[in-house]
Amino acid sequence: MVPGDLRYTKDHEWVRVEGDTATIGVTDYAANQLGDVVFVDLPAVGKPVEQFATFGVVESVKAVSDLYAPLSGEVIEVNGELAGNPELVNSDPFGAGWMIKVKVADAGQVDGLLDAAAYEQLTAEG
Amino acid sequence: MAYGPHTPADRRRMLDALGIASVDELFADIPETLRASPLKLDPPEPEQQLMTRLAGLAAKNRIDLASFLGAGAYRHFSPPLVDQILLRGEWYTAYTPYQPEVSQGTLQSIYEYESLIAELVGLDVVSASHYDGAAATAEAALMTCRATGRGRVLVSRAVHPQYRAVLRTYVDGAGLDVEDVPIVTDGPLAGTTDLEALERLLADESQPTAGVVLPQPSFYGLLEPMAEASRLAHAAGALFVAVVEPVSLAVLAPPGAYGADIAAGEGQSLGIPPQYGGPYLGILACTDALVRQIPGRLVGMTTDVEGRRAYVMTLQAREQHIRREKAASNICTNQSLLALAASVWLAALGPHGLRDVAALGAARAAELEAALAEVGVQRIHTAPYLNEFAVRVPNAADVHRELLNRGVLAGLVLGEAVPDEPSVVDSLLVCATEVTTSEDIGRLARELAGVLATGAPGTPTRAPVGVTS
Amino acid sequence: MSASGPRLQPTIFELSRPGRTSDKVPHPPKDALDRIPADQRRERPPALPEVNEADAVRHYVNLSQLNHAVDTGFYPLGSCTMKWNPKVNEWAARLPGFAQLHPLAPDDVAQGTLQLLWELEQILIEISGMQAVTLQPAAGAHGELTGILMIREYHRSRGEADRTEVLVPDSAHGTNPATATMAGLRTISIKAAPDGGIDLEGFRERLGPTTAAVMITNPSTLGIFESRIGELLDAVHAAGALAYMDGANLNAILGRFKPGEAGFDCMHINTHKTFSTPHGGGGPGAGPVAVNDKLAPFLPAPRVVREPDGRFRLERPGERPTSIGRMRSFVGSTGVLVRAYAYLRTHGAEGLAEITNDAVLAANYLKERLADSGLFDIPFPGVCKHEFIASASSIKKRTGIRTLDIAKRLLDHGFHAPTVYFPLTVDEAMLIEPTETESVETLDAFADALITIAREADSDAETVKTAPHTAPVKRLDEAGAARNPNLRWRPALGDWTPCPD
Repeated sequence: MVPGDLRYTKDHEWVRVEGDTATIGVTDYAANQLGDVVFVDLPAVGKPVEQFATFGVVESVKAVSDLYAPLSGEVIEVNGELAGNPELVNSDPFGAGWMIKVKVADAGQVDGLLDAAAYEQLTAEG
Repeated sequence: MAYGPHTPADRRRMLDALGIASVDELFADIPETLRASPLKLDPPEPEQQLMTRLAGLAAKNRIDLASFLGAGAYRHFSPPLVDQILLRGEWYTAYTPYQPEVSQGTLQSIYEYESLIAELVGLDVVSASHYDGAAATAEAALMTCRATGRGRVLVSRAVHPQYRAVLRTYVDGAGLDVEDVPIVTDGPLAGTTDLEALERLLADESQPTAGVVLPQPSFYGLLEPMAEASRLAHAAGALFVAVVEPVSLAVLAPPGAYGADIAAGEGQSLGIPPQYGGPYLGILACTDALVRQIPGRLVGMTTDVEGRRAYVMTLQAREQHIRREKAASNICTNQSLLALAASVWLAALGPHGLRDVAALGAARAAELEAALAEVGVQRIHTAPYLNEFAVRVPNAADVHRELLNRGVLAGLVLGEAVPDEPSVVDSLLVCATEVTTSEDIGRLARELAGVLATGAPGTPTRAPVGVTS
Repeated sequence: MSASGPRLQPTIFELSRPGRTSDKVPHPPKDALDRIPADQRRERPPALPEVNEADAVRHYVNLSQLNHAVDTGFYPLGSCTMKWNPKVNEWAARLPGFAQLHPLAPDDVAQGTLQLLWELEQILIEISGMQAVTLQPAAGAHGELTGILMIREYHRSRGEADRTEVLVPDSAHGTNPATATMAGLRTISIKAAPDGGIDLEGFRERLGPTTAAVMITNPSTLGIFESRIGELLDAVHAAGALAYMDGANLNAILGRFKPGEAGFDCMHINTHKTFSTPHGGGGPGAGPVAVNDKLAPFLPAPRVVREPDGRFRLERPGERPTSIGRMRSFVGSTGVLVRAYAYLRTHGAEGLAEITNDAVLAANYLKERLADSGLFDIPFPGVCKHEFIASASSIKKRTGIRTLDIAKRLLDHGFHAPTVYFPLTVDEAMLIEPTETESVETLDAFADALITIAREADSDAETVKTAPHTAPVKRLDEAGAARNPNLRWRPALGDWTPCPD
């Protein structure tokens, strides 16, 4: 079960929109597929991100995956904990494993994302 | 068959199990129009005959000359224990340590190699090996571009001309720019990198520089202003790459001490035979900050499930088998056995033996300089050198050829090696190491004096051969 | 583990004791370094280990015994061709005339090596069906880069610099797409057809005026001969592109298929695989590249040239201005090439054909034995070439035991594991390459071991899941190694000792 209050991309990122701030991470499904996460490469604060364009990279021991931004905006905070504890992406993907916060440029972009039900259906199909 | 085990009965048994009459049926999937014409090769040669043939070919090479040739490949003493270790099949018939449980020997040896080189260069991250010094230098240049997001590399013309050629191939390949930094042409700094020119090139803000590449010692054997060049590079936001010769690091300041971000170099001098160009050992090292930019395998120390110390290939997400088109490099097979050779050689000599090798080479080179000066042959530069230097010899190519007839390999003809460097025409690059004897030095001086006294020999019968192409 | 078995070793640094150094070279005069400016000198000696000869030798001998190697047992690592490494090759490379020759030695004093290199080129030309060879590349991936740079240069020379795409099947080695990137080109990955072979239509859709090359491994990384290759090559050339063959699997086609004759424009050869120049724990190899007449002008310089009088020389600087330049220093990994030459002369045409016949026969026999057991999936059940794919997909579904577990359990049976989880396109893949130099008894023993393990997955999954049980270490913490990398030994302060002088 994925949290019902989040929106999702088909590339397995989640986003929580609160006011004009969007918190972004990857889903538990993505974390499981990757295996033990060992490194997360994230953009610096102030960098722009664009919806569905890559904003970073997540590495596990034997896999690597691009991260795609669910929404456009400017990075206002980066989860510094992940530098020393990348395993948070595995242990708490929807909580302490969050990756970046973005100042949302266009709230209307949320409509183009999957809701929890649609995302669960996507992962159920594999 | 030379090495296969199968008797006719074995083959019959396998064919029967497959229910086929002939092995040809296993190749029926090759469309007839694509099938090969018959192989036309000389008949198979049994081992005894083969050995005679190979010994005959090897004997056609002249290795009995009094040699003063270095220029990127150096003769050094190698204690017999080194080759005896290398001949153990457990080392040379293994492959990449994909299964760490049955590869701890190779893995630990690579970790130790990384540690030994890290200590020599004064940088913390060392790749498991690259093809050779030239390829390692090219990879270093590409690293600076990835790390800085810039697209221009400045390379001193004091770097080995073949390294510069390889770097150009790689950097052009990746669609990036490479520009030469000239050398000083006269005065006390002649032959070393022109720092004023470097500063001018770095000041060009329309083309931000990713990396600056300088050698130590240089192709001309000279000591370069590494600390100052490093400072200039960093002031312009560029990374600094030192191209080093590892034996010299026993006595010269290591790249880490003058702020180099990356060190590249040829490990052949660590006891690996010259063998006409390879296999050699590309050394590549960098600071911790650049660990995710370094190409090639890395081995790390970790623990196993029962808490025992163990070694494993790590940070593999940089590599081609995982990151494919986004990998740091396409390198896969490397020079692992040569890294082992270098490690065993370093262990056999120890820190003081290594210093003795470097210092003895410097002493022999000073002896060589004095012997040549005595017959009127002088250095063309005045900057300090370690164990290799250039001397002025009129008609150097002809003199070199005549000396060869007299059993002396008088170094490298610089006019042929770097035809685009007018300041070094009519000179020979000569080198000495701990294996250079006083007898050979005397012989060179004597024969050189003789050749010079009788004037330039006749026109060459064969075209000269240089090292750049 | 028995007391007499291989033992884990401390690092060479931990064996170090101040002053315990062997005198191997004479001491230099005390003033040897006086002419080196103080600010250029190293402040303190490097903290290298100080060990005596016995310590050093025992360390490396004991370490060696922790390795599985071709010399110790079967090594069916798919796509790597871990065949027997003849001992005479090691002898040959160590002949002083070869080993002690300086790479810049004038041609007149290097005639033996130059002749060997030239003859080796002729042999490789005949095997590949191409027109010219460079021996310069140091490894297969290095050869790929050489080939793709030549292809790029070929298009540029024809005013077609906008050919910037390389089409690669998704089952390809990772080196193929990584090579394209290094050559400044873009990779387009083409999905395999349902039978595992190349998808002709998929390629045709993407071939066009922007295609520089296709890179094809044949036989493929699934061990299957690409029977549609003729049509693909026609389509590639009709589109004005060139075809590169990854020669990693050349062991399967010696004397049966010459890529140049079939229409490939360029290929590399892995001497450490096909011609057994050993793998050296990860290298060195050599990756000669063979090309047809279209690409010959662009070969790296210098090449070996035979003069009309029968003497040999290297090309002079600038002699062939169309060259892509240098790929490495000097001529090539000559010591490796001497071994390849020895191997090729030993076999001749009939020996090479026999290698391929036996390698393919052994692979099919082993595949048949595993298929007969009914325990492993054989996703591509037709005739294979020198290697084949088995999968633990059904075993995983039934027992939870994965390919990784089976690989680790094989180590307990004294075998190296096959290549696992490659190609990426097959679930729970094992790529098994027995080579031609393993006896039928060894093939049977290996098949029996796999069958035993598959049954054990049902009867005692825990034993399989916790394997290996006989290796000196097991199941390493790879995540920890990557999260907090320890990439070097850090000698404690004071581990260095001042020079005795």
